[in-house]
Amino acid sequence: MANPVTEFWRRYRRNGAAVVGLAILCVVVAMALSAPVFFPTNPLRLVGPAELWPLTDARFPLGTDSLGRDIAAQLAHGAGTTLIIGLVASLVATTIGVGIGAAAGYYGGLVDDVLMRFTEIFQTIPNLIFLLALVAVLGPKIEHVVIGIGLISWTSVARLVRAEFMTLREREFVLASRAMGMSDLRIIVTQILPNAIPPVIVLASLIVAGAVLFESALAFLGLSDPNIASWGGLIGEGRLLIRTSWYVCALPGLAILLTVLALNLIGDGLNDVLNPMLKNR
Amino acid sequence: MSPLLQVCDLTTHLFTVEGVVKAVEGLSFDLDADETLALVGESGCGKSMTALSLMGLVPDPPGRIVGGQVLLGDRDLLQLSEHEMQKIRGNEIAMVFQEPMTSLNPVFTVGDQIVESVLTHRQVSRRQARERAVELLDLVRIPDPRGRFDDYPHRLSGGMRQRVMIAMALACDPDVLIADEPTTALDVTIQAQVLDLLGELQGEFGMGVILITHDLGVVAGIADRVVVMYAGRKVEEAPVDDIFASPLHPYTQGLLGSMPRPGLEERLREIPGVIPSLIDMTPGCSFAPRCAKAMARCREEQPDHATIGDARVVACFAAEEEVAGRGLAVDT
Repeated sequence: MANPVTEFWRRYRRNGAAVVGLAILCVVVAMALSAPVFFPTNPLRLVGPAELWPLTDARFPLGTDSLGRDIAAQLAHGAGTTLIIGLVASLVATTIGVGIGAAAGYYGGLVDDVLMRFTEIFQTIPNLIFLLALVAVLGPKIEHVVIGIGLISWTSVARLVRAEFMTLREREFVLASRAMGMSDLRIIVTQILPNAIPPVIVLASLIVAGAVLFESALAFLGLSDPNIASWGGLIGEGRLLIRTSWYVCALPGLAILLTVLALNLIGDGLNDVLNPMLKNR
Repeated sequence: MSPLLQVCDLTTHLFTVEGVVKAVEGLSFDLDADETLALVGESGCGKSMTALSLMGLVPDPPGRIVGGQVLLGDRDLLQLSEHEMQKIRGNEIAMVFQEPMTSLNPVFTVGDQIVESVLTHRQVSRRQARERAVELLDLVRIPDPRGRFDDYPHRLSGGMRQRVMIAMALACDPDVLIADEPTTALDVTIQAQVLDLLGELQGEFGMGVILITHDLGVVAGIADRVVVMYAGRKVEEAPVDDIFASPLHPYTQGLLGSMPRPGLEERLREIPGVIPSLIDMTPGCSFAPRCAKAMARCREEQPDHATIGDARVVACFAAEEEVAGRGLAVDT
C-alpha cells in the first residue's frame, strides 16, 4: 500500500469542491497567522475617522466602523478567534459525544437507556436559547462561549458513536478481544473506537462550521467576549448602520459565509475519502 | 495426577422470551495437559455455548451459567470475579474462533494485534513484544514473518488469518486452548494444514486442547478423546479409536453412518428428524424421537451416564443393554 498520506490526498483531490474548500480555509488560516505581522496593534483601537468607506483611504483599505476602528485589522484578528473557537468547541463536543455514545453503545441495556434519555434532554432544549442562557449566567468570556457551544453540539456525535458501537460490538473481533482477557475500557478505546472514528471526523468538521455560526450569532447579540475582535462582533457593531454603512456588516458576513462554506465542503470531502477507505479494508 | 481442567455438571441456560433454552445441561468432562479433546455434535447442540461458558463469556442477557464447576487447577472459574477472569482469559485459557475473516480487527496490522495480545498479560516493552510477535508468526509457519507483520488482515488469506489467530491465542503460552470450529471456514487443503499445525503446537506447548467441531474427519485426525454432545448433554465419551471402532450411542452411530467414505457405493445414511427445540424438552432421552432403537423407557426417563470399561461413558438404555449382553462391566 502507498504511503497513507499520499493515498489520502489522492482520494481527497478527486472532489474538486473539497479542494476549493481547503483552499479557502488555508487563506483564512494564513490571515489569522499573519494578522499580528500586518496589524501589530490592538484591532479594537480607534485609529481613524468613523464610517470610512472601503477603498477611499489607503491606510484603511476596507474602511472603518462606527467608532473609527480599522475593519481590515478586525477581520484579520477575528479570523484567528473564529477558528480557535470553532476548533475548541468542536473538540469539546466530540469528547463529550464520543464518551457518552461509546458507553451507551457498548454496554447497551440500562446504561444505554439512562445515557440516551440524558442526551434527549439536551436535544430538546433549543440550542441558541440554551447557549444564550448559559453565557448570560456565566458571563461573556471566550472560555464560556466555547464550553457553551460544545455543550449544545455533542448530542449528534453521541448518537452517531452509539450507533457505530452497537454494530461494532457484535463483531467477532470484539469477542476475540474479550477472550484475550482485555478489559472493557481497553476494548472500547483500543479496539472499537479506531473503527468508529472516520464518520466522527466528518461530523467534527461540520461542528466546527456550526460553532462559527453560533459564535457569530452570540457576538451579533452582543453576548460574546467584547474584548476580543471577532467577525460576529463586527456584524453586531454594524447592524445599527446597516442602511447607510452596510459594508460594516457585509464584509465580516462574507468572511463567515466563505469560512462556513469551506468547512462544509471539507466535511463532504472527508466523507468521500474516509467511507470508501473503510469499505475497501 | 489430577486433570488440568475439570468440568463438572456445567449447566448454562438462555432466558429468552419464548422460554428457557437449556443450551448446556449437566455437562462433565476432564481435560489433561498434553491431550486433545474433541467436542462433537450437530449445530445447535451446545458446543459453542460450552466454550463460552468455560471462558466466562456467555452473552448475558439472555444467557447465564446456572450451575456446575469449572476447575482449573484448584480454582473454580465460575466463582471468580470478572476482573479475575480477565487475568485468566488469554493467559491460561485462550480461544480460537471459527471465522478468521471477522475475528481480526480490520484497522490494525496483524503484527500490532499480536503485540497487543502479548501486552495484555505480559509486562514487557513494546520492542520485546514485537520480537515475540515475530517469533509467534514464525511458529505458526507464516512465511516471511517480518514482512507479514505490517500487513492488514484483508491482505491475508483465510488460512493465514487463522494462523494469526492461533498465534494471538498462543501469545501468553496458555495451558488450555479452546478451538471453536477452527477450520470450518477454510478450504479442505488449508483445513488439513491448520489442523496439523494445531496438533504440532499442542505437543510443543504441552497444552490441553479442546477442539469443537461437527466434522468427524477432523476428530479422527488429531483428537485423543471424544465427547459427543446432543441437545446440550454429553451422550457418549470415549477414546478416539473406540468411537470409530465401536460407537455405542445410536446418535454417534448415526453421525458415523452419515460420514462419506471412499469406496462406499450406497447412499449416505442421514439421521432422520431434526435436533429438538431446547425449550420444551420431553421427559425422556432427547434423542428418542429420532432413535431407531428407542424403547418405551427411553421416552419416559432420562438415561444416566454409565461408565463402561475404564474410559468410556454412554448415556443410553439400549447401549447399556447391548454392552451388558456382551458381558462387559456397566457401572451406572
